[in-house]
Amino acid sequence: MTEKKTVIVRIKRQAGPEAKPRWEEFELQWRPYMNVVICLRDIAERPILRNGNPTTPVSYDVNCLEEVCGSCAMVINGKARMACSALVDQLEQPIRLEPMAKFPVVRDLVVDRSVMFENLKRVKAWVPIDGTYALGEGPRMSQEQQSKAYPLSRCITCGACLEVCPQVNENSQFIGAAIVSQVRLFNLHPTGAMHARERLEEVMGPGGVADCANAQNCVKICPKGIPLTESLADVNRQAIQHALTGWLIG
Amino acid sequence: MRQPKVIVVGGGLAGLMATIRVAEHGVPVDLFSIVPVKRSHSVCAQGGINAAKNTKGEGDSTAKHFDDSIFGGDFLANQRPVQRMCEAAPGIIDLLDRMGVMFNRTAEGLLDYRRFGGTLYHRTAFAGATTGQQMLYALDEQVRRFEAEGKVRKYEGWTFLSGVLDETGVCRGICCMDLKSMEVRTFPADAAIFCTGGIGAIFGRSTNSVVCTGSAQSALFQQGVDYANGEFIQVHPTAIPGEDKLRLMSESARGEGGRVWVPKKPGDTRPTKQIPDSERFYFLEEWYPKYGNLVPRDIATRAIHKIVFEMKMGPAGEPAVYLDLTHIQREVLDRKLEGILETYEKFVGMDPREEPMKVFPGVHYTMGGTWIDNDNAATNVPGIYAAGECEYQYHGANRLGANSLVSCIWGGMVAGPAAVKYARGLEKGFENVSSQVYERERMRQQESNDRLLAQQGTENPLSIWKEMGAWMTEHVTVVRHNKNLEKADAKLQELLERYERINVSDRTKWSNQTLNFVRELYNMLILARVITLGALARNESRGAHYKPDYPERDDQNWLKTTRAHWEHGQIRLRYEPVDTSLIPPRARRYDVAK
Repeated sequence: MTEKKTVIVRIKRQAGPEAKPRWEEFELQWRPYMNVVICLRDIAERPILRNGNPTTPVSYDVNCLEEVCGSCAMVINGKARMACSALVDQLEQPIRLEPMAKFPVVRDLVVDRSVMFENLKRVKAWVPIDGTYALGEGPRMSQEQQSKAYPLSRCITCGACLEVCPQVNENSQFIGAAIVSQVRLFNLHPTGAMHARERLEEVMGPGGVADCANAQNCVKICPKGIPLTESLADVNRQAIQHALTGWLIG
Repeated sequence: MRQPKVIVVGGGLAGLMATIRVAEHGVPVDLFSIVPVKRSHSVCAQGGINAAKNTKGEGDSTAKHFDDSIFGGDFLANQRPVQRMCEAAPGIIDLLDRMGVMFNRTAEGLLDYRRFGGTLYHRTAFAGATTGQQMLYALDEQVRRFEAEGKVRKYEGWTFLSGVLDETGVCRGICCMDLKSMEVRTFPADAAIFCTGGIGAIFGRSTNSVVCTGSAQSALFQQGVDYANGEFIQVHPTAIPGEDKLRLMSESARGEGGRVWVPKKPGDTRPTKQIPDSERFYFLEEWYPKYGNLVPRDIATRAIHKIVFEMKMGPAGEPAVYLDLTHIQREVLDRKLEGILETYEKFVGMDPREEPMKVFPGVHYTMGGTWIDNDNAATNVPGIYAAGECEYQYHGANRLGANSLVSCIWGGMVAGPAAVKYARGLEKGFENVSSQVYERERMRQQESNDRLLAQQGTENPLSIWKEMGAWMTEHVTVVRHNKNLEKADAKLQELLERYERINVSDRTKWSNQTLNFVRELYNMLILARVITLGALARNESRGAHYKPDYPERDDQNWLKTTRAHWEHGQIRLRYEPVDTSLIPPRARRYDVAK
């Protein structure tokens, strides 16, 4: 028998929003198919540091464990990604876990991403139906149109695209690629398109689509492979067109 | 006229639909959820939603959907509510379509439908293999719109602790805990609708999300809200085994032509591609020629158990079978199943377009749940309503695939207006309830927190949880023996006793996830006992409940609903008749057309 394989995990911890961050190191027993969430659970079951001192379990957001709910986004070895699909065997050790830096820390790896949901409200990311009573079928849609819209509707609001965007910083209000992409989604829908103007006006102001500086980090980091740069370009084009025609019509 | 107020607990499909319906009636809603509602477990639903739209010229009808559902549920479901649900289903699809759910389309631009288990019709509308996610988002967007209009107030990051019941036993609001500040607070309302989902965490590993603990249902049970048919637990035939989770491989994989097989020669270690068709055992197709790979889940799961444990035919002796899609065109797979293929690729590291997937059954769904009446989704405690997976009404002894999404939406559509009607009819609203009623409940819950945080114990909460999960999975899932069920219940009682010595390893007062988990754990242990005792008592086999010592369905003695009741700290089982007024019970077979 070879000696037991272990996994070294270093975690940037923070007791609360105002607390000073500190690093803690853990040594865990390796097992096949281990992911970062399993590491965090092992720590909760035995909250002991590598040096043998006791500590508290690490706070982190988690829910579906299959990369579809968007909860467990964090910075793993310097890269924003979902903890559930971060397999230990594919990560360099020591594995470094940090909270995402573009959102306020609640505790440890938990951050407050409510700004994204607020911005979805701001851009009216919905199809404004008249009511839930029986009003018959929805609008017809071609396969082509559906296959263009469907990938956009898979956004899990994880915030990775904001985390890597240089334009999202303390001095800017940029709403980020995920939100702009939702504007594109609802402007594609036949009923949603009837209200495209309202959405475009929201992304034409401060923090809107013009704040994108085309770094293209978002599209590379997106765990769902959403064509975010396409969305940014498309919404930008729509906004410019709207500005021109809006101005021409006066 | 006074303005009533309604609370909804849980922001998955049922909770969001109930919220929309209440808000549409002009009644303000407070919506509570542990996670931001957009991250609810409904996102994990993959394959689709059933509605007999009959768009393929097959002669499908809502009557056939109704019959398939009752038959699939082995005649344990009350029939009239199921009939109403099936009749409402086509309208539900229309509504979702209007809301912008990106359903797959036909060449004509109409919604496409595929086949699912337990039916011979193309009845399942789908959005790739992420239908639940797409539906949840559509409802989330509508609720966000109401929120922007000030009609809905969300409390995300709050967990439900208990109902606030007045001296007469009427619910007057709820008691919750803020998961950031750990503040315990009561929220007055005239009615509360519970849409708190599944209970997978009781089995340790399941296809469910982390929040699916059943804690809310159990807390209500311990306050007198009955729990029905707890023993009916669906074990899905095809999941990817994992230490943290059993990741679902949707039934839609078989709906699109996926085939389940094992090598005919036990211990055959050849790569799958080198095993010719004649040397593969397509056991579902052979044993159930009419439905083949699309038999209902309880049947497929038992067949896999038989192959693996009795016949020892798992590939290379492993507890697994192959789920094979490699014969289907790549383009079709990508268009119709992309989401689940991605999941398999990411978590297993193999491409299911090239290699058959290795799958094994996993705990997936609870047919049982909070008892509600047949018409109004009302529990036996006035003011408390339930909808979605957390209630027991629509699936009998086994749920058909793609019926859960329709029951969630329909449940919300029923519970919302029923709660509004009740709230409007109250003589005395929550504003006239003494503040002492609220303060008493708040103190009770706060003291419970204080006690746990002060306690110096030796028992680790995660270890107790893992033991519970292992015992429940081994003895209270696919095959049940009375002596094992007795042992499992004894084990649960031992764990409850050890719980008294639990050590909350985190004593801080900010964002303390351990404290919350410890509170949920107690509720899970109680609900685990309800499930186990219900299974122990039911000496027959019906749907997902299978006892080799009682292999037949026994309508004479057991065509009845189990109704668990909490009486002075004890679980009591009572029974009530099933409404079989529309379809007389008949033998359930899937080897021939029914």
